[in-house]
Amino acid sequence: MTYEIVALYAVTFCLVVGSIFTLVGAIGLLKFNDGMTRLHAPTKVGTVGVGALLLASIIYNGVFGEGAVQELLIMGFLFVTAPISAHFIAKVNMHRGTCDTPPELPEDEQWATFDLPASDQELTKPLLSES
Amino acid sequence: MTLATDLMNYALVLAFVVVGLCQLMAMVRVVIGPGTADRILALDTMVINAIGLIVLMGLAQGTRIYFEASLIIAMLGFVSTVAYARFVLRGDIIE
Repeated sequence: MTYEIVALYAVTFCLVVGSIFTLVGAIGLLKFNDGMTRLHAPTKVGTVGVGALLLASIIYNGVFGEGAVQELLIMGFLFVTAPISAHFIAKVNMHRGTCDTPPELPEDEQWATFDLPASDQELTKPLLSES
Repeated sequence: MTLATDLMNYALVLAFVVVGLCQLMAMVRVVIGPGTADRILALDTMVINAIGLIVLMGLAQGTRIYFEASLIIAMLGFVSTVAYARFVLRGDIIE
């Protein structure tokens, strides 16, 4: 009996934490005024916000239902893919010039994302000149 | 028991309202976003919020049939974000 009450309080806590982090991420997405800083806030939604909501579902289904496997799958998938998509969006920011210019590298090396083969530079040239 | 159940129901309603509101705020960023990267980022956030909403719906209705749907949405959202970003980066998705 007390075990189930503790589980219900834990579910409540996880739901509140998840909604707070989701709200903070959405406010950051709206209020920040630079592309790279706007990237900072919604990555927290992807890990802590949805992670806490999924944790609430795991606890509830583990105590009152029959186990939870799909939530663990979703959680693992989101935790693996969120940094990758954030990395790609940061690359888009660098290519479109909507952030501060990254510092010059020594010994005439280039940043890896600008170090394209000649055929790909042909493809990205109209996009870069447009921004 | 009743107090804890009531509190959980209130938290569930609060979470529904907040995540729905965040979905609307991300939609505003899709519309006003000055650059391509902001629009891609806002669409990615909307996919993640949709996963959260589906998880909350499964929790509220006590069913488990929605979790497969949210797993598929998670995969599609990641693939579409990477496809948008690659299209902007290279002008081509599959080389």
